[in-house]
Amino acid sequence: MHRLLKARPGQKMLLLGNEAIARGAIEAGVGVATTYPGTPSSEISMNFFQIALETDLYFEYSTNEKVALEVAAASATCGVRSICVMKHVGLNVAADALLTLAYVGVKGGLVIVTADDPFMFSSQNEQDNRYYAKLAGLPLLEPSSAQEAKDMVAYAFDISEKLQEPVIFRTTTRINHSTETVIPGEIQAPQTHGDFTKDPFNYVPIPAVARNLHARLLNRLKEAEELSETSAYNISTGNGRWGIVCNSVSYKYVVDAVTDLNMGGKTKILRIGFSHPLPKALLKNFLKECEKVLVVEEGEPYMEEALKAFAQEERLTLPIKGKSEELFSRLYEYNPAIVRQCLATYFDVAHKSPAVPDLSDLPEIPQRPPTLCAGCSHRATFYVVKKAAEGMETICPTDIGCYTLGFLPPLSMGDFLICMGASVGTSCGFSKVTDKKVIAFIGDSTFFHSGIPPLINAVFNNHNFTMVILDNGTTAMTGHQPHPGTDMTALNLEGYGHVSIEAIVRAAGVSQVAAIKPYRLKKSIAAVKEALNYKGVSVIISQEPCTLYAKSLKKLRGKPFFVSEKCKNHKDCINELACPAFFIQNKRVKIDPTLCVGCTVCAQICPEKAIVPLKEKVL
Amino acid sequence: MKTTRLIIVAVGGQGNLLASKVIGEAALQSGVPVGMSEIHGMAQRGGVVESAIVFGDAQSNIIADGEADVVVGFEPLETLRALNKCNADTIVITSLAPLSPSTAITGTCPYPELKKLKAIIRAKTAKLIAFDAAALAAQTGNVLAVNMVLLGALIQTGTIPLTVDNVKTAITTISKQAFAASNLEAFELGFDAAKTSD
Ligand code: SF4
Ligand code: SF4
Repeated sequence: MHRLLKARPGQKMLLLGNEAIARGAIEAGVGVATTYPGTPSSEISMNFFQIALETDLYFEYSTNEKVALEVAAASATCGVRSICVMKHVGLNVAADALLTLAYVGVKGGLVIVTADDPFMFSSQNEQDNRYYAKLAGLPLLEPSSAQEAKDMVAYAFDISEKLQEPVIFRTTTRINHSTETVIPGEIQAPQTHGDFTKDPFNYVPIPAVARNLHARLLNRLKEAEELSETSAYNISTGNGRWGIVCNSVSYKYVVDAVTDLNMGGKTKILRIGFSHPLPKALLKNFLKECEKVLVVEEGEPYMEEALKAFAQEERLTLPIKGKSEELFSRLYEYNPAIVRQCLATYFDVAHKSPAVPDLSDLPEIPQRPPTLCAGCSHRATFYVVKKAAEGMETICPTDIGCYTLGFLPPLSMGDFLICMGASVGTSCGFSKVTDKKVIAFIGDSTFFHSGIPPLINAVFNNHNFTMVILDNGTTAMTGHQPHPGTDMTALNLEGYGHVSIEAIVRAAGVSQVAAIKPYRLKKSIAAVKEALNYKGVSVIISQEPCTLYAKSLKKLRGKPFFVSEKCKNHKDCINELACPAFFIQNKRVKIDPTLCVGCTVCAQICPEKAIVPLKEKVL
Repeated sequence: MKTTRLIIVAVGGQGNLLASKVIGEAALQSGVPVGMSEIHGMAQRGGVVESAIVFGDAQSNIIADGEADVVVGFEPLETLRALNKCNADTIVITSLAPLSPSTAITGTCPYPELKKLKAIIRAKTAKLIAFDAAALAAQTGNVLAVNMVLLGALIQTGTIPLTVDNVKTAITTISKQAFAASNLEAFELGFDAAKTSD
């Protein structure tokens, strides 16, 4: 049985924040869970995926976050508790659905989990999704710990049903990827079947209907504010006159800092867990009881600005600060030392900063950037395209996935990146206004997510570029989740369809389409050359399973290679491929047989034919 | 309870997360409050993996610069890089088996000499325990047991509030059955190595 199903109520266990959220949803009797994978949210859905195999829960990897939200919105409208999980930027994709869904509302609970990523550990921006709650007019909850994350999911479902609105559940990486002691509660059997009653004057927001629905949303927002005023998740501690308002993981840093600085007697902390609508009366009373207030929140000054406005309404003149030059930054994540330092500065308490050793005399430490795995098919594809484009001036917009790493030297393939699918859309623009050869790189999962509309755009508007689809059969970067092109039978899973990328590309009207096997360098280079010379939209589909995925399915057939005495030390292999299986010993190139998967690519480019298969089995 | 802060740094694939799991489980079973935080964004693609583990009453489970009581490095260069987490009282345990990053292989920035690396760490912290954990892991027939070797060394130092028995039980519970014996052996080898390491 799945670990999260086995966990006995009341028995302490260690859970990752993401596991705690999944367990919380199971305890709340969730019937439908949908997602598009994205770090730091991925483990939540990974657990749902596994749990769905053992229970009645319906789970799906949807093609993108907007679709995921639409699926969950419908099931919730039919009265089934539903959860939709995504990373913060995913909510941008789902935003179109979200903003009008707020008007239409739901019947069964709908919880939308958005995992924000301050410091951008694995994201392209650090947007603060609390503003989505404000923009859409929806309730917003923010846990500070794994236990709270679990408990709050059930609470989120309750509020959602009470208000008949979706609830946004916002975490940050440090909540998602922290492991803490959690006490599980009882599991409620999921209700997975619902019903829909026609009610077009509430469900079809044509302008006349929408005008009523917007008014209704504002009323519900008022009701939500009342819930926020009395919510047990807005916690006040201490009786001092120095006020600290905080949220999410910052709360922990504040508690520790207050202890470390010995200022417990003087402070009063208000931890906001129900952060939209903010509990206005509660906050105003808090302000009245304080001499000065510090707001501790990662990201944007969301609460700080509200507090300042509330103070204005009450004609209060006490100092309220948060983000400023000498206090908190809007950049990156906080840590206990930053919070301690800012508290000490603002409240003028003596404090000793930690004695960080003087590291000015350290030698330069080589960076360890993440690299494509040994034998990764993307490395072969990038090499192939690079060779085929030799002598051309190129612009290579890239996209989101492991292959983004291709922008690093020595491959250096990847010149522009904004968001999922943008490699293709931007290629239309780049090719229109420049004379350079434009080559878009996009992964298979990203192609299904948002690469298709821009491809159709390119055909319709007659753009001129080559689109290279890196088809490795899985959503590799986030942990090998399936997508519509994945062969589900390889996972022994039944009941799935299969969508052919090539068929879609052809159906979109592209006539210059070629599928290549990137490990066959010569043939592939010839095919790519032909595509690059084509005027109009040409597509290359580079098909080879993700090495790491193939390894996990025990489908790797290659034998390790080694560098024989024939090697003349040109180091072409290192300088052009930089496969992580290479290393240098006594100034000679070697291949680590435990890393090499025998993709044969280095052997094909070695001018001396010095790289050959290792005969005996190592390891 | 006094707060103890432990940082583990490793290269993706070295089993850092399993070591943290064992430590967490041992703490849970012996009633020691524990909170952990991991950064494993693109871990499988050869990047750095860092775990912060905080024992005791503190609420925070990330560790700011200069605030680690113990740093365990599975790879010498990563140990050196984690020096910013140390202070003059920090105890550092490191494996001496290098895994060269691509930047060192392609020659853009050389891998520092191990002798020099040790001298630097030693000069800036309270104590350095350094040995080739990969070689010891290989002795057990399980090259992946580097994590357990270093866990043994960590427990030997007595710097974290866990006993040998706690940890061994946790290793047995958490390891896949096929690896339990070699993991325990690796733990013992690391424990002994820490006693004699210069
Ligand atoms: S996980 Fe797969 S796609 Fe990603 S770098 Fe490794 S082999 Fe390549
Ligand atoms: S054959 Fe060459 S390029 Fe392929 S995995 Fe082995 S060392 Fe790397």
